[in-house]
Amino acid sequence: MRDFARLYTTLDETTATGEKVAALAEYFRTAPPADAAWAVHFLIGRRPKRLVSAPKLAAWASEAAGIPDWLFEESYAAVGDLAETITLLLPDTGASDDRGLSYWVEQRLLPLRGQDEAVQREEMLRAWRELDRRERFVWNKLITGAFRVGVSGGLVERALSLGTGVPEGAIAHRLTGGWEPTAEFFTRLCAQDVRDTDMSRPYPFFLAYPLEAPVDGLGPSSEWIAEWKWDGIRSQLIRRSGRTFLWSRGDELLNGRFPEVEEPAALLPEGTVIDGELLPWAGERPLPFAQLQRRIGRKTLTRKVLDEVPVALVAYDLLEQNGEDLRPLPLEERRRRLAELLAATATAGRLVLSPAVQADDWVALGVARERARELGAEGLMLKRLSSGYGVGRRKGDWWKWKIEPYAVDAVLMYAQAGSGRRAGLFTDYTFGVWDGDRLVAFAKAYSGLTDAEIRKVDSFVRRNTVEKHGPVRVVRPELVFELAFEGIQPSSRHKSGVAVRFPRIARWRTDKRPEEADTLASVRSLLSSGA
Amino acid sequence: MLLRLTDRGLYCEAGDFFVDPWGAVDRAVVTHAHGDHVAWGCRAYLTSSEGLGVLRSRLAPEAKVSGLPWGEPTTIRGVRVSFHPAGHILGSAQIRLELGGEVWVVSGDYKTDPDPTTTPFEPVRCHTFVTESTFGLPIYRWPPQHDVLGEINDWWRANQAAGKASLLYGYALGKAQRLIAGLDRGIGPILTHGAVERMTAVYRAAGVVLPPTTHAGAVDRRTDWSRAIIVAPPSAGGSVWTRRFRPQSTAFASGWMLIRGTRRRRSLDRGFPLSDHVDWPALMAAVEATGATRVWVTHGFTAPVVRWLRERGLDAQAVQTRFEGEQDDDATGGDESGATE
Repeated sequence: MRDFARLYTTLDETTATGEKVAALAEYFRTAPPADAAWAVHFLIGRRPKRLVSAPKLAAWASEAAGIPDWLFEESYAAVGDLAETITLLLPDTGASDDRGLSYWVEQRLLPLRGQDEAVQREEMLRAWRELDRRERFVWNKLITGAFRVGVSGGLVERALSLGTGVPEGAIAHRLTGGWEPTAEFFTRLCAQDVRDTDMSRPYPFFLAYPLEAPVDGLGPSSEWIAEWKWDGIRSQLIRRSGRTFLWSRGDELLNGRFPEVEEPAALLPEGTVIDGELLPWAGERPLPFAQLQRRIGRKTLTRKVLDEVPVALVAYDLLEQNGEDLRPLPLEERRRRLAELLAATATAGRLVLSPAVQADDWVALGVARERARELGAEGLMLKRLSSGYGVGRRKGDWWKWKIEPYAVDAVLMYAQAGSGRRAGLFTDYTFGVWDGDRLVAFAKAYSGLTDAEIRKVDSFVRRNTVEKHGPVRVVRPELVFELAFEGIQPSSRHKSGVAVRFPRIARWRTDKRPEEADTLASVRSLLSSGA
Repeated sequence: MLLRLTDRGLYCEAGDFFVDPWGAVDRAVVTHAHGDHVAWGCRAYLTSSEGLGVLRSRLAPEAKVSGLPWGEPTTIRGVRVSFHPAGHILGSAQIRLELGGEVWVVSGDYKTDPDPTTTPFEPVRCHTFVTESTFGLPIYRWPPQHDVLGEINDWWRANQAAGKASLLYGYALGKAQRLIAGLDRGIGPILTHGAVERMTAVYRAAGVVLPPTTHAGAVDRRTDWSRAIIVAPPSAGGSVWTRRFRPQSTAFASGWMLIRGTRRRRSLDRGFPLSDHVDWPALMAAVEATGATRVWVTHGFTAPVVRWLRERGLDAQAVQTRFEGEQDDDATGGDESGATE
């Protein structure tokens, strides 16, 4: 546990990306593959479930520390974190452990599942005796299911790439989809030969930046295709080795959730990968996003919900055909093949070609874009016809050209307690967007969250207050919300230089990291685009 | 009762003096020179001889201050008063009071860990012990302080290698000098903030041997600071003054840094758990060593310490001091020259 605990400590103590990547690369380079596999597993956020309940852990730790329950409670109140409280209370034994992470997970942690209480107790006490403070802290974090160290999947990929020379794209590809954290997996993850054979894996998604500059700066409109920008679940549909896989952009395997899409997918030729958007689709246009939420997260699908919220995959792109990776081909060619393929398949209206929005020039396209809202779209996607399908978010070939009023993804910066029914809860929020590496406050919003969400945000605020200014809490910039507003005006009274009209929280973007929030430049660009 | 709590602090009626009063009184008997133990405007101050220089530096020049050598008693209206080392900062004392065979000891702030800048703590037998409880929870157990100083030196070396100045925060009186004494002068130059430099000069004048330091304010601003460590009070954190040292790595040396959340809230690069107070085990050992049957608990986590001692059969009670609020770990040390940790 020593090496992994050292890595954890280093990651925890620095905010510098370069230092984090260097520490990760060093660990991956030196750790046995079985340990490195588990490290990747935990670092990209696959947390273990809590194996032992908090009250039991508290009781056993109190016993080991020789203190009564009430003193444990007092201590916990001062620390605010169960794993850390236990770590600080346990007597130092002078022990330190050099067995690897895989030993601790496979031989010690996972076997606790389903054991009776006496065995769990004995095992916990034994583990605590064998570890030093740092090691215990990491162990306790794993046991409590609260392992988290401020490293993104992207950083892990970069570190792995740095350590192995394997391109980041190949690493990202291998990390998507289902895998078990084994030595064999880690060896495969770092394999120099990047012709991977695991047929279940989606390609890394190619993502677009919001268009901030004037649209005519993109050159002749004839070199571009415009499609509606839908608000659904970006997905890849894979047909390989006689099987179908449906993946979300969040690397979640959606098989079984959308049977109406999987059914026609089975008719696709071997070696097909389609990139598209899952939408509640009734004929020509989508139902509101809220309807799709009735389908998300539901384990058993009733006939009723299937009838009321039928889903289709609106197909954007063809990434693989007959087992051949089409991504380097121009979009125009990929789309031609996609159209042909869908036309030749009995899709039952559940695999739909994303319609191209026709217009003679940028002006006409701008006019067409204004229709987005009535179609239930967020605006237009602009893609260069000659573009290949890249990896991740890249500027240049694909742009989101959203309609105004805008939806802006902003980061929660300050919170203040509300009054009346919301008294004592942090319900009044100030949100910011990025100006370089700095957040600038740009809107306040008080409504739009459910009570359950408010309680979650409230608890976040309490645990993540960085500063207090009177009643205002400055929080760690971590939560991202989509704000909607009706109008935007230049303002000299606001730090951001803009004032927005009727801002409200459209939704909590739990799928977004703070660095994915919008920029001040993109917010200001709304001024010129005539909102 | 030899002492009772009044609106100006602990008062000894028999001797007509206050111990660490928090308002102007005629006669103040002072444990140490931190701002929350010394009130301005008293007519006379009595402290340890070792602490005379430090105390004088914090009072008006005309203040009447006298000192007593360690262990040497004086009698004030029949009350025998003597000073015994508390090990907190230079000159910090426990005050022993005796009248008619009854002995009280007021600890002030104290630590039992070694510190080359002050005389080590000595246990004093008594009937009633008035103890601080700044870190009065069992989560507070200091790692060997020698190791912590080693980590600070390692951090300094690593910053140097990365071309960054090391900006180390610690309270200007006491912590700063202990840090300076523990720094490895072979690594590079030790620079100081003005407030630290002033107190360091007072320490040197009292005979404490410290490595050479340079007042950073006297150095050309365009200097390459990357080899240096700069010792500054926490109140300087984030100030314009610190900008000249960029690129920099920042750290805070304080017992509060033992807790990860506190460390992270500070938005500093590192937090080093180095404290001038007793941790939980040392606090309990100190109470036991006094042999006291009655314990008054001030300053900090009074409630759990009182309950713990009562469960062990001692007559313990909390004594609310006026400065409770300054224990808040979010306080940046407020008065840079004052606060307790």
